[in-house]
Amino acid sequence: MLALFYIFIFVAIGVSFWQITRILNLRSSIANDNDNAKQGNYALLFLVFLYAMMIYCLIALNVIMLPESASIEGEHDDNLFNITFWLIGIVQFGMQFLTFYFTFKYKGNNNNKARFYADSHKLEAIWTITPAITLVILIGYGLWQWNNTMDLSNAENPIVIEVYSQQFRWDARYAGEDNMLGYGNVNFIKGINTLGVDMSDKNAQDDKQVTELYLPKGRKIHFRFRSQDVLHSAYMPHFRAQMNCVPGMVTEFGFTPKYTTEEMRQQSEVIEKVKGINKIRKAKGEDPYEFDYLLLCNKICGASHYNMQMKITVVEQEEYDKWIAQQPTLSTVINN
Amino acid sequence: MSEHHHKETFVTKYIFSQDHKMISKQFLVTGIFMGVIALFMSMIFRLQLAWPEKSFTIIEAFLGNHQTDGILNPDIYLALVTIHGTIMVFFVLTAGLSGTFSNLLIPLQIGARDMASGFLNMVSYWLFFISSVIMVISLFVEAGPASAGWTVYPPLSALPQAIPGSGAGMTLWLVSMAIFIASSLIGALNYIVTVLNLRTKGMKMTRLPLTIWAFFVTAMIGVVSFPVLLSAALLLIFDRSFGTSFYLSDIFISGEVLHYQGGSPVLFEHLFWFLGHPEVYIVLLPALGITSEIISTNARKPIFGYRAMVMSIIAIAFLSTIVWGHHMFVSGMNPFLGSVFTFTTLLIAIPSAVKAFNYVTTLWKGNLQLNPAMLFSIGLVSTFVTGGLTGLVLGDSALDINVHDTYFVVAHFHLVMGVSAIFGMYAGIYHWFPKMYGRLMNKVLGYWHFWITIICAYGVFWPMHFIGLAGLPRRYYTNTNFPLFDDIANVNVVITIFAIVGGVAQILFLANFFISIYRGEKSTQNPWKSNTLEWTTPVQHVHGNWPGKLPVVHRWPYDYSKRVDPNDDNSDYLHGKDYVSQITPLLEGEEPS
Repeated sequence: MLALFYIFIFVAIGVSFWQITRILNLRSSIANDNDNAKQGNYALLFLVFLYAMMIYCLIALNVIMLPESASIEGEHDDNLFNITFWLIGIVQFGMQFLTFYFTFKYKGNNNNKARFYADSHKLEAIWTITPAITLVILIGYGLWQWNNTMDLSNAENPIVIEVYSQQFRWDARYAGEDNMLGYGNVNFIKGINTLGVDMSDKNAQDDKQVTELYLPKGRKIHFRFRSQDVLHSAYMPHFRAQMNCVPGMVTEFGFTPKYTTEEMRQQSEVIEKVKGINKIRKAKGEDPYEFDYLLLCNKICGASHYNMQMKITVVEQEEYDKWIAQQPTLSTVINN
Repeated sequence: MSEHHHKETFVTKYIFSQDHKMISKQFLVTGIFMGVIALFMSMIFRLQLAWPEKSFTIIEAFLGNHQTDGILNPDIYLALVTIHGTIMVFFVLTAGLSGTFSNLLIPLQIGARDMASGFLNMVSYWLFFISSVIMVISLFVEAGPASAGWTVYPPLSALPQAIPGSGAGMTLWLVSMAIFIASSLIGALNYIVTVLNLRTKGMKMTRLPLTIWAFFVTAMIGVVSFPVLLSAALLLIFDRSFGTSFYLSDIFISGEVLHYQGGSPVLFEHLFWFLGHPEVYIVLLPALGITSEIISTNARKPIFGYRAMVMSIIAIAFLSTIVWGHHMFVSGMNPFLGSVFTFTTLLIAIPSAVKAFNYVTTLWKGNLQLNPAMLFSIGLVSTFVTGGLTGLVLGDSALDINVHDTYFVVAHFHLVMGVSAIFGMYAGIYHWFPKMYGRLMNKVLGYWHFWITIICAYGVFWPMHFIGLAGLPRRYYTNTNFPLFDDIANVNVVITIFAIVGGVAQILFLANFFISIYRGEKSTQNPWKSNTLEWTTPVQHVHGNWPGKLPVVHRWPYDYSKRVDPNDDNSDYLHGKDYVSQITPLLEGEEPS
C-alpha cells in the first residue's frame, strides 16, 4: 500500500506540471535571443561552479586518499599516477574552460553571424600528434612499471605465501623452511585441512596456516592466490597490489614492504587521515581507530562481500622470524 | 505513391507497426520506462550507501521481503546494482538510444521510404519488448533477481549456493539477454543494409550526416561483438543447467566438492568483455553522432573536420574490438597480454581527443542557439572529456592494479558512457521530438532539466573519484565494517543527496515529454533551420516519408552560414540565409564544401 502512496505522489507531481506547461506553452518553444543570452550567462556560472567544486574536492578530499605507497614496487606507480594526474588535470581544466566559455562568448544573437570554418588540417594535425606523443611517454613508463611489478622471476630469496579465499574469509599459508608450498586442491578439503593441502606432498609438511598476514620489511613477498568457490580479489591498496583469486587456477603477485606498520602509523599523511577518522568515530561514540594494513575482497563474491578482510602487519625481519617460528607446521596440526 | 498506402488498422498502426517512425517511438517509450525503473533502483541503493543503518519507509514500501524494517538486505543490494547496470547499459542506452534514433533517423536522413526490412524491424522491437518484460518479471522472483553484478562473472552467477539471485533470477536474466541480443542483431543488420543500399540519389557516403555514420558503425560493432556475448550466455546456461564445465573448475561450496573440472572463469571474462568493451562504444557513438549534428545545427556552423570525425568514429570502432583485456589486467591473465591491451587501449585516446577538440572548435565563433538540445550536447562534451581523461589512469595497466574495481572506475564509466550517453539521448529527444510527434517540447522545463541534471551529475561523480582513490571497492553494501573508510561516510551522504535531487528532477523531463506529446506547441516543418533531409518531410507522418518523389541530394549536410566570400566573415550568406538544405542544388560557380 505504501508503494501505491509513493507512486501517487510521483503522479501528482507530474500532473501539476501539466498545468504549468499549459501556461509556459504560451511562449515559443524555440530559443530566442533572450534565452540565448540567459543560458549563455548560466554556462559561465556553471563553469564557476564546476571549477569551485573540482578545486574544493581536490583540496578537501586529499586527506581521504591513500597515503604514499607502502611497497617499493609501488613507488613508480605513485610517480606515474602523479604525472598522469597533473596531465589530465591540466587538460580537464582547459577543456572545461573552453567548452563553457565558448558557450558564453558565442551565445546566439540575431545580429551575429557564425564563421564558416569547416576544416584545418594544421589544427587537426596538432591535436592528433600532441596526444600521440604524450601517450607514448605514458605507455612507455606504464609498461616498464607493469613488467617491473608483474615479473616475479628475478626476485632474490622471496617469501612464498599462499593467500586462500572463500566466501567470506581469507586464510594464508606460509611455505615454511623449504620455501615451497605443498600442492593444494579442493578434493583434499577435510576437517581441519580447510585449505585442501595434499598432506602426502613432502613440501606441505612444513607449511604454516595462519589467519593474519605478517610480513617482514624489505623482503620480496611472492603471493600465490587460490579460491575455493567463486572469484575473489585480493586487494592490498596500501601496497598498490591487487590480483584476482580464481577457482581452478593459481594467480600470482609480488611486492616488497617498505614501511613497518609502526613506521606507517608515524607518517604525516596517515596521522592526518587517522585524526579525521577518529574525529568522526568520536562523534558517533565509537572506539578510536589505529592504522593497520588490510587485505580486502575487491571482486563481487556474494552477500557478505562487503565484510571480507584480513589484517596485514609489517614488522622488522627479527620480529618476523620470531613470529613465524611460533606458528605450528601443518604436519603437526593435521597429521596428529 | 499508392503502393505505399496500405489500409491500416489500430493494431498495424500502433502495435505491430512496420513503420520505422512508429517503431522508433515504441523503442523510446519502452526505453524510458526501463530507465525509470533503473534510476529508481539507483536512488534506493544510494540511500543505503549514505545512511546504512537508517530505516526508510520507501524501502519498506517497495522491497517486500528483501528488506528488514526498512533496511535493505545485503544480497538485494547486489541485485539492485546488477539490475541497475544491466537495464541502463542494455535496455536504456543500447535499445533505447540506438533503437530510437537509428530507426527514426536512418531512413529519414538518407532519403529512404523505410528500413530495408520493415518486418524485421518490427520483430526487433518486439523481441526487445519481450526481453524487457522478462527482465522486469525477474525482479519479482522470490529469491530475488540476478545479483552477480552486470558482468555476471561465474562461478558466482552459476551457483545458486553462492548467492540466492543466481537461481531463477539468473535464469531469467540469461533468457532475457539472449532475446535482447537477437533483437539487437536483427536491428543492427537492418541498419547496415539500409544505409548501404537505400541512400537516395546524390547521398554519397561522404555526404552522410555524422549521425548516420555513427549509427552505421555502431551497428557494425554490434554485429561483430553481440554474437560472442550470446555464446558466452549459452555456455553459462549449459554450465548452470546441464552440468558442463566451461567456466567452472575445482569448486568446494556448502560443504561439498562440485563435479566441475577444467573450466575457467577467465574464459567467460574474455568472452564477456569481447562484447562488453565494444558495448561501451555501442552506447557512446550514437550519442556522439547525435551531438555532432545538434552542435553543428545550433552553432549555425559546419561541424569542424567532418572527415576527421568520420575517421575517428571508424578508428574508435576498430580499436574498441581489440581492447577488451583492459578490464582483466588483474584477472590472472598473462601479464604480457596485459601490456598489449594497455597499448591498444591508450591509443583510443587519440581519436577521442580529436572528437573533443573538434566539438570545441565547432563552438568557436559560432552563433549558438542555446536550445535544450544544444545544452545537453554541450554537456555531453563536458562529461565526455571529464570521464574520458580518467581513462588514461585506468587503461594503464600499472595504475589499474590499484584502482581496479574501486569507485574510481564507477565514476569514470558513469561519466564517460553513462552521463554522456544519456545526455546525447536527451539532446536527441529534445531535438527530434518535433519529428516524432509534430510538436515541440517546452523549453523552460528543458532548461531546468538540463541545469539540475548536469549539476547533480557532477555532484555525484566528481567526488566519487576520490573515494575510489581512498581505496574503497565498489559493490560494497556498506563500508561501516572498515574504520579505514569512516571518513568517506560524509562524502557518500553528499553524493546521495545529489543523486536523489538529480533523479527526482527527471520528473521534469518525463512530464515535459508526455505532456508535450498532446499539448506541446505545434511544430513547423523545419523548426531548427536544419539542413538534413528529415526536415524536408511533412510534419504529419506519412507512410513512405515523402508524399511525392524522393529528394535528391546535392551537397553535404553542414552548409551552415556559407558566405559569398568564404574568407570574409562580414560578407552575405551565399544562399540568402544561414542554412542550405541538402536538397538545394549548387549555385553556378559554388564550390562544394
